[in-house]
Amino acid sequence: MASAQPADQTHYAVKLDAPDDFAAWRDAARVLVQAGIAPDRVSWTEPGGSDDLFAEGARALPQPPANAPTPRVNKRFLSLAKNAALHSDPRRFALLYRLLWRLQQNPRMMEDKADDDVRRLTELDKSVRRDSHKMHAFVRFREVEDAAGEAHYVAWFEPDHHIVRANAGFFMRRFANMKWSILTPRGSLHWDGETMREGPPAQRGDAPEGDPVEDLWRKYYASIFNPARLKVGAMLSEMPKKYWKNLPEASLIPELVAGAQTREAQMVDAGGQNFAERPDTLAAIDKAIHSCRNCPIGEMANEAVMGEGPQDAALMIVGEQPGDQEDRLGRPFVGPAGQLLDRHMELAGIARSTAYVTNAVKHFKFAQRGKRRIHQSPTAKEIDTCRWWMESERAIVKPKLVLALGASAARAMLGKTVSITKARGEPIPLDDGSELWITAHPSYLLRLDGDARLKQEKLFDADLAAVQERLQELIP
Amino acid sequence: MGAQTTIEKLEILADAAKYDASCASSGTSKRSSLGKGGGIGSTEGMGICHAYAPDGRCISLLKVLLTNHCIFDCHYCINRKSSNVRRARFTPQEVADLTLSFYRRNYIEGLFLSSGIIKSSNHTMEQLVETARILREEHEFRGYIHLKTIPEADPQLVHLAGLYADRVSINVELPTDAGLTRLAPDKDAKQIEGAMKGVKASIRQAKDEKKRFKHAPRFAPAGQSTQMIVGADKASDADIVGKASRLYDGFGLRRVYYSAFSPIPDASAVLPLKRPPLIREHRLYQSDWLMRFYGYRASEVMQATDDDGNLPLDIDPKLAWALKFRGQFPLDVNRASKEELLRVPGLGVKAVGQILASRRHRTLRLDDVAKLTVSIAKVRPFICTADWRPLTLTDRADLRALLAPRQEQLELFAA
Ligand code: SF4
Repeated sequence: MASAQPADQTHYAVKLDAPDDFAAWRDAARVLVQAGIAPDRVSWTEPGGSDDLFAEGARALPQPPANAPTPRVNKRFLSLAKNAALHSDPRRFALLYRLLWRLQQNPRMMEDKADDDVRRLTELDKSVRRDSHKMHAFVRFREVEDAAGEAHYVAWFEPDHHIVRANAGFFMRRFANMKWSILTPRGSLHWDGETMREGPPAQRGDAPEGDPVEDLWRKYYASIFNPARLKVGAMLSEMPKKYWKNLPEASLIPELVAGAQTREAQMVDAGGQNFAERPDTLAAIDKAIHSCRNCPIGEMANEAVMGEGPQDAALMIVGEQPGDQEDRLGRPFVGPAGQLLDRHMELAGIARSTAYVTNAVKHFKFAQRGKRRIHQSPTAKEIDTCRWWMESERAIVKPKLVLALGASAARAMLGKTVSITKARGEPIPLDDGSELWITAHPSYLLRLDGDARLKQEKLFDADLAAVQERLQELIP
Repeated sequence: MGAQTTIEKLEILADAAKYDASCASSGTSKRSSLGKGGGIGSTEGMGICHAYAPDGRCISLLKVLLTNHCIFDCHYCINRKSSNVRRARFTPQEVADLTLSFYRRNYIEGLFLSSGIIKSSNHTMEQLVETARILREEHEFRGYIHLKTIPEADPQLVHLAGLYADRVSINVELPTDAGLTRLAPDKDAKQIEGAMKGVKASIRQAKDEKKRFKHAPRFAPAGQSTQMIVGADKASDADIVGKASRLYDGFGLRRVYYSAFSPIPDASAVLPLKRPPLIREHRLYQSDWLMRFYGYRASEVMQATDDDGNLPLDIDPKLAWALKFRGQFPLDVNRASKEELLRVPGLGVKAVGQILASRRHRTLRLDDVAKLTVSIAKVRPFICTADWRPLTLTDRADLRALLAPRQEQLELFAA
């Protein structure tokens, strides 16, 4: 055997007995390193591996020199290698050997994260860990009765890598007092409560078809999902489709996703105002509007102003929104516009104390100018939102006639914008048999001067007179 | 009306639990049922997500309510007294049985149990504790248990809960006391914090005892957590982050969860009709990470907010901070300290660790950094390497636009 220095260029073909036999790789690798066999002179094959055909060379390992030092191994390398060896990449053992070889020259090579071999090792390790993790997560046992009439739990799982044996411990620690089997195309595990037995590869048909508890589980899966938060991408990245066929709950996914929008819309609808019960007393409405933030006006941190007047009033008067003084005093129509209204009502012979007076919008919308708060008209959307409260008041008071003052009030009553000039002076029948009359808002009158003011006051008086006349007819 | 079946109850009581964001089953002590203790179940430090729902959230625990009957009337809550939802009620035994059935089939890591308040807070708390007792004592269950405790309950009962559970949580519900007063009139901020303080004391005491006596009982080894509802009141992100940081400091919380207010059927008229954008919740979680793993102080996260006190929605809070403090960049990846590198947008904790390790062996070039990061484009304006210097890039007025993810792209790759 002696001799020639440049010498031996033998190629070695190492055959492993099992694809997850890391110990055998380690033993062979140690000898090869000690014998100084460079990575390009070694090929590694596993049972069934496609490399089998091409791997030619000496089967017997070389004899390392007696004084050869034990190869250096880095701790981190060892733990990564052990796991990466379970990968199904046929070149993994060659990679491990190359790394081991290079590690002898550069013991700190593992720290170089930008090195291609180190990176590949890390990748292999990562995908094996992921596969193991998925096995822990996605094995689904089904209960069957064994020959002795006892419960036996059987699962079917399809791993990507050679991880079955390595994960036996996890399932033993977890399901210690159960009898179970995990069947996979790469081998099977059987635990009887005391000992672990390994079995040959299995087929899907060897595992049971279903389990009554799966209906409960599916119901749980469907119920715990919040359709308002659909994020299919996030789900797919963690639970890729390839696993779905063995997960009983996955069959629900398409319909859950397809139905999510409708369900969310229903939730929003149901969460909307129409669904919630209207408060059934004026006092309850009063309380509720104080904490209402359904529209941005509510966020202006004002007091809400509730309507006032007899609960059985035949006439309901609806204004726009509380103004500065109303907001301070917490009562409707107490400012200049209210005083103007009072005067004209008196003129028309309507006692204010007999009417229920309220506003279309319950909070004061304003713009701050220094110390002054300048009135701002509510938007159509705000009126539509707040309308719910006025409607609730109306449902309790049940007036025979509603007088809407100005465009905002008219919108709150009709749900659409109408022109005061066109709509005034004529009754508009409402759904519940009562009728709506529309006129200008007194604050509009306050803004006019001279002839224009006189003209508008006349129109206003005429409208009030018509209302008074109509009221006489309606009240027997 | 006939008695409800288990599956009907499960539907109602799981549905009622879906608004709760906390779900994790991590960070508890390691346990196994193999060997002398026997029983069933294990925990291995890291929780396992056994399934994912189409809302992207992981399912690791059976998350249910014992009952959705409630004597309280909190506006944001689907179970409040005045809501019209269908009601159901499990017994502790039923929940324990269900947990075991699911656990044996490997659907879950354990149980996350909370409840509407029935009869009284103490009565409810007793029922929650009883469920955990059945699992732990009668079945030697070693899986994970998270109990949501009722702050108004007797502290003794809350303590008992901690002896059975891996984690206990007490929801602060709303970021501001004013919000709580308005939306949860039956709840009291002082009482909630008092209960948290009690749990914190028990956890600390149990840890001390464990050091001295090996067999001292464990108390909530996975710690305590809380949840805040985001978007139901007008609290800004700055308010929320501030509150979270006070909670972390004051009560030693393991986690603060954020739950974007979700439209609930039969909502109270006091609530907004629409949910806040989910991305807001995401940004809050990112800011939480910055505080827990990246060494940002709460005040620094607040600096990243826009004028309205909210974090930008189009970019993440770390990038937002960096854009506001451009003077601190670019950083030389071959020289900068770990703390500094952690501030570079696009560099995660892992990437920073790898940079630190690798630069002992080589002077890093841009290519090397690219191998260690997800997106070098995002990192580039903020770093220098041996062969790269961003010049004026960091000063460009449109840098934010350049780095913000494009909307169309998001659409394309989502789902
Ligand atoms: S204006 Fe109306 S809807 Fe808007 S907050 Fe006030 S009361 Fe609520």
